[in-house]
Parts: sequence; structure tokens; C-alpha cells
Amino acid sequence: MSWVDIGALEDIPAQGARVVKTAQGCVAVFRTQDDQVFALDDRCPHKGGPLSEGIVHGHSVACPLHNWVFDMSSGAAQGADVGQVNTYPARIENGRVLLDATRLSARSAA
Amino acid sequence: MAQKLVVIGAGMASGRALEHLFEEAPGAWDVTLFNAEPRGNYNRIMLSPVLSGEKTYEEIVTHDDAWYAEHGVTCRFGEKVTGIDRAAKVVHGENGDVAYDKLIIATGSTPFIIPMPGHDLKGVLAYRDLEDTNAMIEAAAKPGARAVVIGGGLLGLEAAAGLKLRGMDVTVVHIMGHLMERQLDPSAGYLLKKALEDRGITVLCEANSEQILGEDGHVTALRLKDGTELPCDILVMAVGIRPNTKLAAEAGLAVGRGIQVDDGMVTSDPDILALGECIEHDGQIFGLVAPLYDQAKVLAKTLQGDAATYVTREVSTKLKVTGCDLFSAGDFSDGEGREDIVFRDPGRGVYKRLILQDNKLIGAVMYGDTADSNWFFGLIKDGADVSDMRDTLIFGPGFQGGASSDPLAAVAALPPEAEICGCNGVCKGKIVAAIEAGATTLDAIKATTKASASCGTCTGLVEQVMAVTMGDAFVMPTVQPMCKCTDHTHEDVRRLIKSQQLKSMPAVMQELGWKTPDGCPSCRPALNYYLLADWPLEYKDDRQSRFVNERNHANIQKDGTYSVVPRMWGGVTTPAELRAIADAAEKYDVPMVKMTGGQRIDLLGVKKEDLPAMWADLNAAGMVSGHAYTKGLRTVKTCVGTEFCRFGTQDSTGLGIKLEKMLWGSWTPHKLKLAVTGCPRNCAEATCKDIGIVCVDSGYQIGVAGAAGMDLKETELLCTVATEEEVMEIVAAFTQLYRENARYLHRIYKWVAKVGLDWCKAQVVDDLANRKALAARFELSQSIYRTDPWAEHAKPSERAKWAPIADFTKEAAE
Ligand code: SRM
Ligand SMILES: Cc1cc2nc3c(=O)[nH]c(=O)nc-3n(C[C@H](O)[C@H](O)[C@H](O)COP(=O)(O)OP(=O)(O)OC[C@H]3O[C@@H](n4cnc5c(N)ncnc54)[C@H](O)[C@@H]3O)c2cc1C
Ligand code: SF4
Ligand code: FES
Repeated sequence: MSWVDIGALEDIPAQGARVVKTAQGCVAVFRTQDDQVFALDDRCPHKGGPLSEGIVHGHSVACPLHNWVFDMSSGAAQGADVGQVNTYPARIENGRVLLDATRLSARSAA
Repeated sequence: MAQKLVVIGAGMASGRALEHLFEEAPGAWDVTLFNAEPRGNYNRIMLSPVLSGEKTYEEIVTHDDAWYAEHGVTCRFGEKVTGIDRAAKVVHGENGDVAYDKLIIATGSTPFIIPMPGHDLKGVLAYRDLEDTNAMIEAAAKPGARAVVIGGGLLGLEAAAGLKLRGMDVTVVHIMGHLMERQLDPSAGYLLKKALEDRGITVLCEANSEQILGEDGHVTALRLKDGTELPCDILVMAVGIRPNTKLAAEAGLAVGRGIQVDDGMVTSDPDILALGECIEHDGQIFGLVAPLYDQAKVLAKTLQGDAATYVTREVSTKLKVTGCDLFSAGDFSDGEGREDIVFRDPGRGVYKRLILQDNKLIGAVMYGDTADSNWFFGLIKDGADVSDMRDTLIFGPGFQGGASSDPLAAVAALPPEAEICGCNGVCKGKIVAAIEAGATTLDAIKATTKASASCGTCTGLVEQVMAVTMGDAFVMPTVQPMCKCTDHTHEDVRRLIKSQQLKSMPAVMQELGWKTPDGCPSCRPALNYYLLADWPLEYKDDRQSRFVNERNHANIQKDGTYSVVPRMWGGVTTPAELRAIADAAEKYDVPMVKMTGGQRIDLLGVKKEDLPAMWADLNAAGMVSGHAYTKGLRTVKTCVGTEFCRFGTQDSTGLGIKLEKMLWGSWTPHKLKLAVTGCPRNCAEATCKDIGIVCVDSGYQIGVAGAAGMDLKETELLCTVATEEEVMEIVAAFTQLYRENARYLHRIYKWVAKVGLDWCKAQVVDDLANRKALAARFELSQSIYRTDPWAEHAKPSERAKWAPIADFTKEAAE
């Protein structure tokens, strides 16, 4: 793994998200109420809704367009809906948010 | 011959290490003990009871002169070590050098002082040692003295509680959203805050300190970023500690955040060992005594040449404030495959949360009832499989082993004198007697016994008593709860927020027994609305509990772009406004410009990061948000009226603009649309609006509860009035009645269908005093909310938040 610093934890609102732009589309980086971070593709498998704009509750996020709910740690749709979002390793160190650069750039190859 | 051992720091860690050493190898070491404090080792963690007056210093001394004498320790107390010469194996004390064979560094940590202006004034204190404690006790002796404590963590709160007990007027200033955020989740943090407030301590969360003010070199007040000044005689800063690594770093030892040691507590120099809060082991630093005691054991073994390995273990936290029972241990965050078990007893102020993973307990947070905390902590440390007792786990060890978990059986087992309704002191026997006397509905029970007639939180219990007593004759009422997080209906929640004065999201979730830690997308927006509608001055809008459109002040489109609709008061615009809109459309490449059905212009397809700049441009031309995205006032449509129309009876355009200027920015249960039309020909389509005004020769007909969306419905006449002033007051009062009473996502026509038009008339037409009071409450709320959200978010300082946090497109291309 090679960790890359994307910014300070406090730049992401608690129960909110910010996006990271990559050549293969955006990755949404979420911060939960208990100050954990999760990184997911910012694209809902239903109709492409930007997950970064959804309401974050517990460790789930609800898509802003039609309310599909995803477990952020697995990327799997919850309840009756079936779908999967890619997730990326993310962690916090000394108040900074780090993503795994290898996985980010490997997306194009996949 | 005994080897020479020098110890720097007579604190809790080195004290324990020496005990082990003397016990296991008496006489093997000739010890010299330095301590910067003018005394030997005492139980530092008991400084809090000393501060509060519950103990004296003498009671917390752990090693007295006799002990040091017995073990032949040369005490150099009140003397600081100023340097270590590793080549010569000598330490420099302020009063002379001492040679060593082995050296232990146990210098602990130093309190962090925020270097804000005024931090060096007299009366600005840390909380670390007996000197600090005595300074606080002395300050508290002055009658009417005031203290400000910066930091709502363990130390800060113990200081605050102690100073309060000594009679000081205490304010705690905490930067985070809830107290002790590292140990507690928001629900437990809320209960703790409430408990401290109950003892008269003022607690300010999300408060940013800016400057310490002083006079004649002594502190006089703390100023916060928002300008608030908190006068004080002392200011205690308890915002964190830093490992005390200065000596080690100067001696060239490996130092990261702390002095780096291996598993045997040896530093990068084989003859120098270190332990306590000054060290870093495996990337970790320490702040509680339990791990230090483990380190002491390992260090003693290493010194004797025995192999020993230090392993970090789980720690738990308790707060030593009498009456505030809290406990936290393990990992209490949510996570993949993790499950929460939440128990709340609002009546007793109890909150318990267990976190399970793979059938094991991995974390626990409890407040109010910590009797079983040791049992839970044991389960966490042992990693025990708890699947067999999962259903009753949260009730603690007493409930394990076959006790029934059927709530009805538990209610059936209650004795007749068991209290069911706390507010009205109604016991089970009284309810049973009422049922036997013929009260067989919940309303009848309420009427005859008063049970559940006040706060209503015992309603479920009353129903269970009825079910047990009446058997099949009782049918549980099926009410639709707000969402899966609660059993309460929207109506109950609204009522309880008011009656129990619940003013924050954690307060609602705790007091009303929410089953999830932080709600869901269905209840959070509703709660956010209820709270801001009921407590406009106290409650701060929670952006993260809003749907995307209201959070971003624009309507999201299917492709993730947004539409921007500036307000056009009453549908009236000017060439200058149109020009600004045209310029913005060109500048930001707007793919479509469209007239809406609400008499204004929609700019569709704007990129999120362009929104603030576009708003700034529109603001500069005098335009504000049209709130086309809110559960709030949308538009007031008008027709031309007497200004130009040959049939117009009143100035419908002017009145529409006045109404829009009064109502804009307000939040309502669902969207709110008005129209004012100049005559019964109704060109502004006023008869299908939430509130529609039809002008006639004699005045104004105010109609309400129309609909033209998924349902079609004509307005009903609320009243006819003669003047514009009356229209304004009645519209404000009626809007407020809707805001205070309707459930979230009910348009006016749905709400009126429930409460009845007659009730509305009685409230806002017939009862003049009530009308005025409602209008005044609306105006009060508008004093906060009648502002342009665009202007706030378009500020240069806010703009970065709308753009991606990082951009790797360039790197990837390379
Ligand atoms: C832009 C506009 C259509 C247009 O091009 O004219 C519009 C666009 C939308 N309307 Fe509307 N409504 C627009 C006038 C209306 C009107 C006509 C009116 O206001 O005179 C109605 C019927 C009157 C009424 O409100 O009942 C109307 C009844 C609805 C409804 C049904 C509401 C209901 O309770 O029955 C919805 C759905 C909802 O709110 O849940 C809706 C929802 C929507 C949403 C917000 C759908 C959504 O959630 O994304 C559309 C947003 C499109 C966008 O991205 O901008 N729109 N919508 C109109 C904006 C008016 C404005 O200036 O603010
Ligand atoms: C008010 C208060 C309440 C607390 N409550 C709890 C609690 O409830 N539970 C819990 O687990 N922990 C609690 N703690 C934390 C606990 O006290 C510390 O973790 C523990 O004391 C650290 O032990 P130590 O030996 O590393 O450092 P210390 O106990 O700080 O000892 C270090 C000693 O080294 C001396 N020293 C430093 N530099 C030099 C030098 N150059 N020369 C000579 N001497 C030097 C210092 O004067 C000090 O006496 C509390 C702390 C405080 C202040
Ligand atoms: S009627 Fe309204 S909600 Fe439906 S497509 Fe048109 S704008 Fe969208
Ligand atoms: S696009 Fe996400 S739920 Fe439809």
C-alpha cells in the first residue's frame, strides 16, 4: 500500500463527505459521527447518483437521488436493493486523512 | 556490589517500577531518585478528590520518607535533572552530577498550553500537580470567584466539578460538539453535559477560544471567536498533554512523539530505560495509569536480565466526579459487521450501548448505570463469545441464565405498588383497578388515573399493563412510528420536544429512547425541522441532517449538476436583473435557462463547484436565493392587479411582494406556496395554493389548503378581511400555526384535513390575542432565518468547501 494524504479530517464535515477527483471519476470520502473515514466510488450503481451528497447515518449513506442505502465499509446496498460500490482503504493519522494510492490508480486497470 | 541506578522522575510509573524492583531483588540496586516536584511520589490521579475537598494531600501520598529510607533511596526531590551525558554515564542534576550504571527516564508529560494571546497571564493554570491544585483551591477561597475551564475532557471536567464543589462559578469551554468525545458517543456526552449543568456548571460546546484578556498581568476573562466574553479569576487549561521528551531528545536518544522504547522498555541506548507517559511504544503513547503499571512490571524484569515483553491491553475510562457515572471501553465506533445494542431509560437518565462483532463484545459506553461495567469490560478483554446471551446481554450479568426476556412477563411480575407513570406517580395497582372499574382504553386510563397523561414516555408500559390485565380483550393500538429508530409517532415527538424542552438532536434521541446511535435519513431531517421550528434561538440548524438540495441550496439534477433559481419577488423583475442572469448563464455555461411554473427563471445544469461564485455574481446584482429547493417558502405568484389591469380591485402585485418579503427564508413542514390574485378571474391561480388571496372590492379573501400537485384541491375560505395589514398578520399567524403543529412532509391541505379548518379559524381568526402571539413567534424565528443562504456560502472563506478536497487527475495523467 502507498498512502497518500488528501487533506485534514476537519475539512470533511462530520456526518458528511468530500470528493477526491481522479482520472477515472470521483471518489467520495465520508466522515462518520464517530470520526471514522470511508472511501467509496462517488457513483450510485442505481442511476449514478453522487453518494457524497447523501445523508450519512451510522456507517451507512443514503443516495441523494432515490434513497438506496449503502453500508460504507462493504459498499453493499442494504435492504431490498441489490448493488455494490467499490470501496478503498482509508485511514486517519495525526488528524490527516490518507487513501491508498495504489488502489486509487489501479481502478483504471480493473 | 550494588549497581548504580538513577531514576529521573518520581511519578506513578517509576514508583511502581521501584516497588517491583525492591521486592524481586532487594539490595541489588543503589538508587538515586530525582524529582522536579519538591516531594516524592503521590497518587496523581487522586488530585481531583483533593481539589474537590473529598481528600487531603496526606491521604494520597503513596511513598513516604520512611519507605525511601527503608530501601536506601537517595532522594533528590525539588531538583531537576538538566542533562544526560551518555558517554560518561552521568546525569547532571541542578545540585550536582550522579553517575549511573543504568538509568530510568520517567519524566511523565507536560500539559499543553494553547499559545493564544494572554496564555502567560497570572491565573492561567494547568492541571497536573499539587501546585496547580493548591493554586485552584486558593482561588476558590475568594467569595464569588469565577473559573473558566478550557477543555471538556476527563481532566477539564474533574477540575470543573472540583471548583464548583468549592463554590466557584464555573464555565467549561469545549471545542468539540460533545464532552469527552474521545471516550463517549454523543448520547452519553449529552447526558454528562446535562448532569454537569444540573450542578450549576455552564457548559459551552463547539466554542472556540480566541484570546485570554487580562489586567495588571492577571487574567480577567476569556474571549471566544464569536465575541462572547467569559469573565474569570482563574482560567484552567486542560486541553491535552505532551510526552516530556526534552532530556532524552537532547541526549540524542530516539524520540518520536515520545521516547521510543522496545518491548522490554529499553530506549535506543541499552543502558537507558524509560516508562510512563513520556514514552512511545509501537507508535502508541499513554495517558492512563493501567498500561504504565504493566510497563513497570516489564521494566523491573528487564533490569534484572529476565526477558519480558510489554503488550498494550484494553483500557477503560471512568470519570471521577461524584454522581456522574460513566464508563467507556474498547472500540465503540460502528464498523463493518458491527452491531449495536442500545438501551435507554430516559426516566433514570441511563444510556448503555454495546458494540458486537463476530459474536463478541468489542466495546461499551454507558452512562447513569455503570454497575455492570466490570463484567462488560471482562467480556471485552476475554473476547468471549456472547451469542447465547445476546438477547439479554445489555441487562447485565443478573439477567443471564434463563431469566425470561418477554417484556409482558416482566410487567406481569411487577407488584401492584410498582410505579408506572413517574410524572403523576401512578402505580400498577391503580391502573389495574381503573381497568376493572371499566376504563378499557388508553384515553380512559389517562382520564381516570392520569397515567401517561403528562410526558407520555410511559405510554408503552401502560399499554402493557392493560394487555396483561385484559388479555385478549385489549388490542394494542397500531400507531405508525416515525421510523424504525423509534416507537413514537411524529405527533408524539413534536409534543415531547416541546413539553420536555428538548433542544438538541442527542437530547431527543436520549430522552425519547431512540434505538439507533444517530438516527436515519427519515428521522433526522424531521427532527432537525422540529427543533429549529420550536427553538429558533437556541437550536442551530444541522446541515448534515438535511437532504442534498437543502444542504447545497440548489436542486440536484439527475446527472449530479444543480439548478439555480434566484428569487423574483412576486414574479417581478428588472432589465438589470435579467442582464445579470444572462451574464451568469453565459459565464458558467448553463445548458438550459427556463421559466418555471413559479414566475421566475431557472438556470439548470450548474456544476457544484461553480455554485458559490455564481451566487456571488447574482448577489452582486441584488438577487437572493429563491429557495426553490426547500421545505419552506417557495414563491408568491401574483397577477398585475390594479397597477395595470382594467379589472384589478387591489394591488395584488404589491401585496404579493410584501408577503414574500415577510415569509422568505422560513422553514416549514413541507413547501409553502402562495399567490395573490387581483380579482376573482384568478390569473395568479390563487385558489389552488397552500395559501391563496383573492382580492375583491371590499378587501381580501384568504383561502388555505389548496393543492395542485399530486392531489388537486380548491382552497377553503379562512376569512375575509379589509386591510393589507390584517392579511399580513393572519398569513404570518397561520403559517406559524402550521409550523408549530404539522408533521414533517405534510402540506397544508393534509394538515388542515387532520386538525380541521374550524380549529384553525378559532386559533388565528377568532382569538385575536393568539393570532398576535403566533405572528410574534413567527417574526422571532424570522429574525434568525430571514437571511440569504447563498450570501453565507458564497463568502470567499467558504468556497473551498464546495470543491473537491483533492484532485489527482493531473498526477494520473503523468
Ligand atoms: C422548476 C419547476 C418546474 C418548472 O420548470 O416550472 C419544478 C420542478 C420540480 N418540482 Fe415542482 N416545480 C415547479 C413548480 C411546481 C408547481 C407549480 C407551482 O408552483 O405553481 C407544482 C404544483 C403546485 C404544488 O406545489 O402543489 C409543483 C408540484 C411539485 C410536486 C408535488 C407536490 C405535492 O405535494 O403534490 C413535487 C414533489 C414534491 O414536492 O414532493 C415537485 C417537485 C419538483 C422537483 C423539485 C423534483 C425533485 O425533487 O427534484 C423538480 C425540481 C426540478 C429541478 O431540478 O429544478 N413539484 N411544482 C417549478 C419551479 C417553481 C419555482 O419557481 O419554484
Ligand atoms: C488531575 C489528574 C487526574 C487523573 N486521573 C486519572 C484517572 O482517573 N485514571 C488514570 O488512569 N489516569 C489519570 N491521570 C493520569 C495519570 O496521573 C498519569 O497517567 C500518570 O501520573 C503518569 O505517570 P508518570 O509516572 O508517567 O508521570 P508523572 O506521574 O507525571 O511523573 C513524572 C514526574 O517526573 C518529574 N520530572 C519531569 N521532568 C523532570 C526532570 N527533568 N527532572 C526531575 N524530575 C522530572 C515530574 O515533576 C513528575 O513528578 C490523571 C492525571 C491528573 C493530572
Ligand atoms: S413535473 Fe416536476 S417533478 Fe415531474 S418531471 Fe416535471 S419538473 Fe420534474
Ligand atoms: S441513483 Fe442512487 S438511488 Fe438512484
